[in-house]
This record gives sequence, C-alpha cells and structure tokens, in this order.
Amino acid sequence: MSDRERSQGESRRKETEEEQSTEAVETEADTEALDDLLDEIDEVLEENAEEFVKNYVQKGGE
Amino acid sequence: MALHKVLGTETEYGIVVRGDPGFNPAVASSLVVNSYPGERVKVQWSYEEESPGRDARGFGHDTYGLIDPEGAVVNSVLSNGARLYVDHAHPEYSGPESFDPKEAALYDKAGEVVMHLASVAASEASGRELSLYKNNSDGKGNSYGSHENYLLSRETPFGDVIRYAMTFMVTRQIFTGAGKVGKENDREDVDFQITQRADFFEEEVGLETTLKRPIINTRDEPHGDPATYRRLHVIIGDANLSEYQNFLKLGSTALMLAAVEDGALPDSLDLFDPVEACWQVSHDLSLSRPLELDGGGSATALELQHRYLEWLTKYVEKELDDPVWTEVIEEWERTLNLLETNPDKLADTLDWAAKKRMLEGFRDRDGLEWTNSKLRALDLQYHDVNPQRGLYQRLANRGSMRRLFTDDEIEQATTAPPKRTRAYFRGRCVSDFSDSLVAANWDSLVFDVGESHLKRVPMMEPLRGVESLVGEVLDEAEDAADLLRRLEG
Repeated sequence: MSDRERSQGESRRKETEEEQSTEAVETEADTEALDDLLDEIDEVLEENAEEFVKNYVQKGGE
Repeated sequence: MALHKVLGTETEYGIVVRGDPGFNPAVASSLVVNSYPGERVKVQWSYEEESPGRDARGFGHDTYGLIDPEGAVVNSVLSNGARLYVDHAHPEYSGPESFDPKEAALYDKAGEVVMHLASVAASEASGRELSLYKNNSDGKGNSYGSHENYLLSRETPFGDVIRYAMTFMVTRQIFTGAGKVGKENDREDVDFQITQRADFFEEEVGLETTLKRPIINTRDEPHGDPATYRRLHVIIGDANLSEYQNFLKLGSTALMLAAVEDGALPDSLDLFDPVEACWQVSHDLSLSRPLELDGGGSATALELQHRYLEWLTKYVEKELDDPVWTEVIEEWERTLNLLETNPDKLADTLDWAAKKRMLEGFRDRDGLEWTNSKLRALDLQYHDVNPQRGLYQRLANRGSMRRLFTDDEIEQATTAPPKRTRAYFRGRCVSDFSDSLVAANWDSLVFDVGESHLKRVPMMEPLRGVESLVGEVLDEAEDAADLLRRLEG
C-alpha cells in the first residue's frame, strides 16, 4: 500500500467515524422527538379506544 | 406528443356521529354537505353527459351504475371549481381539474379544510358531534375510494394503457400507501401493511368499483369531448394526508401515462399475477419480496420502480420543459433511494412510514401487541380532519411532516379556482353569477337568465375556460345574461 493510499484509507475511516457519531446524535434526537410526540398524542387520543374502534363502521363506497 | 395531463382527485370521507353508533350515514353525509359554510352553489348535477357504465374496452353500456337518487339530492359546486356532494353513504369532495400534479395535490389538501369546516358547521347545526376521516377502510372489510383522474388521448389504444400501467400501479404502492394495522377481506395475516386499499383488489381489469375491484378500472367517461379524450379513472390508490406523497403519487403516474402515449416506455414489465403481487407488495414491509414476472424471472417492487424512474427521467429531459416534472423526478428518486437504504427516514413524507413510526413508538413504550385496540384507534385517528384531533395534523403542526404548501396557499385554494383549466370558468361563475346557475356537471354549466328556456354552456375542452381566455369577459360581465351574450359574441 502506498502512502497516498494509506492516507486515503485513514481519511475514509475518519469520515466513517464522523458519520457514525452524527448518526448517533441524530438517533438520540429522533428518540427524544418521538417521546415528545407520543406524549402529545396521549393528550388527544380517543378516550375509549376499544369503543371507538368498535363503532367505526362504514358503508362500502365508490 | 402526449396530451397535457390535466388531472384531479376524488375522495370519499369516512363519517362518524359521536355517541350514536346507529346513525344513518347518508343522512349525516347530507347534513355535512348542506352545512358547508363556504362559497358555493347548491345545484342540480346534470347526469346527461355522464356514463359510468361505459367500458373503455369498447363494450358494456349504460345499464350499469344507475345513479342513486338519494345521492343526487345533495350537490354543490364550490367557488374553487370543486364538487362537494353525497356519494351514497359518504361525503365526497372532487377537486377541480388541475393543470399539474402540484396543483392537484394542493386542491386535494384544500378538500380536507372544506370537509373540516363542513363537519364543524354540521355539528353546530345538529347539536351532535360529527367527525370525518380521510382514509379508505374501516378495518372491518368496508372500503371507500380515493380516486385519481388523468386526461388521456382517445388515440392511445386502451390496451396499451392497461398493459403499461398494470405493473406501475401495483409497484407504486410502496410510496402511495397510507398504512394500515392488520389485514381485511380474508387476506393473509399481517401486523401492519403499506396500503389501506390493496386487500380489496381482486381483478386485473374491469368496470366495477365497489365489488371485485380491478387494478385498472375501465370506466369510459371522459367528461370532455369523447372524440378527443379519455379519462383514466384510477381507483387503486390511498387517500394521502402527506402533501409530498400526494404530489409524488400524482406526478409519477401522470408522467408514466404521458410516456405511454408517446411510446416512450421500452418494456411493460408484465407481472405473472398482478393481483397476487398487489397484496404482496402491500404486505411486505421489508420491501424485498421478489414478484414473479410473466415469462420468467422476478424483481422487487422497488427494482421495478427504479426501472420506471430511469426511463421517465430520460423522458422528462427529452420532452418536458416545465420544472414541475423535474421536481417529481427528484422527489421520486429521493424516495426510492431511501426506501432502499432507510425507509424510516421517510416518516416525514410517506403516510405509511409516519404512521408506522408512531405506532412502533407506542408499542415500544407501552408494550402493546399489534392486536391492541389502541393501535387501531391511532391508525384511524391519523386521518381525522379535525386539526386538534387528527394525528397527521398534529405531526405536521409540530414540524414532523415536510410541507409542500403553506396554510395560506391551502386556504386560498378552498375558494379560488385553478387558473389554467376550465375549473376557472366554473369557479368564477359560482363566485359571480351564483343566482343564475341552476345545474352543472364537469363539462357544462346551465344558467337561468329569466328567458323561456335555460341556457347551457358546454365546456368540452379541459384547457379552455381558463383565466387567460375568459378572465376579462368574466370581469366585465354585469350579470349572467350579459356573460352569455359576450360568450356568444
């Protein structure tokens, strides 16, 4: 392996590491956003899910 | 050169009267339509030019699909050119004819606002609470439609449309689905699937829309000059809440059809069993199940969509100048690439991915089985058009869905018609001459100007009646009689 190839390999490795750490940050942010979202939905969710689902009956259309 | 793809959507909404499971849906739907507070004219819808029983394959006739008189009672045309009415047991909004897929998606979105306003007014008027849902299934085996319409040339052999569109319609489901918990209609068990509608499709080609639904619907009702036009009535699609997804669905399909007309698709990529493939694609969240091809071999829906994308990218470069088509291609490419590498990243543009992310979040947090009613309730509530309750809207409001339109643009589209199709003339007449407008349908308006007989204005050309041609006449006309004189002169 030439020096140039070695240095390219190293820089690629570095990039991959950076990408991984960015992804970790993103995943963490995603999880937090999702937790927030679920909390928000809790507030508006149909109170009696079972009853609501049971009563949701439609006529076929078109 | 392919005919310009004028297009539009029709959506039947699910309806619930809270606290009254035994409500009559036809009565409730009439109440909704009659209560809409926005600018509109309640008119008689004249069916003389309509023939839902005519088959594009050249046979069949008008004995099929008789108009239900109940459904014909409540009918109105809005100042944005749309039709708001009762279709059997559902309120339905048919958007105005639009010039391009972005405009069609905008007017489809405006329909949600119209339905919300109508449901609020209906609730106030009746003292009951009515809710409307932009979805396509009740989870109990009943489906209602969300249809797309595309203008086609009569010269294009319909057999070509069937052959080339079949595989496209089956495989586009990976980016058109609105997501659904469970299966219906005796299909294989599944926890969650990509589309609302796939389970209901049982035929490859046919005239039906309510039973044995076909992937390609052959209703031949052009709503325009029948010597020049066809209208492809697409019934295999989900109602989309996501603006980007609706744009992509309408845009990619319009492009595919234009390319069929120009003979620009090199292969029809026939599936061995399109109906079976339709179910498979919707049930396969891994997006990796191979579909058997006619004549041997197999390919995944994603691979087949990549082929269409490749061909249509070249087609757009060669044939189409309008930048809207480049936007379609870019969104399509982005979507297919992410479906391949990380579909979760599409939770901000695809309804099924957004819904899946939300449901899996609840499953993880609360330890819920897929059969838990709470997940089914969340699934339904995603589609509620009420901005407080509707979960899509909650997602959009907190910035979790990418938006293609501003709230102002959507609100404007509830009242102002598209400017570049005949919907402009219809919408302006509703705004300016509502007192004289007595009947309407897609390709004509009928006026009563106090003479011995009614006057009918035919609108057989979808790209006439546009602002650049009739805007000035409409501005100058003093009343409907004057307008008709000016149009005749």
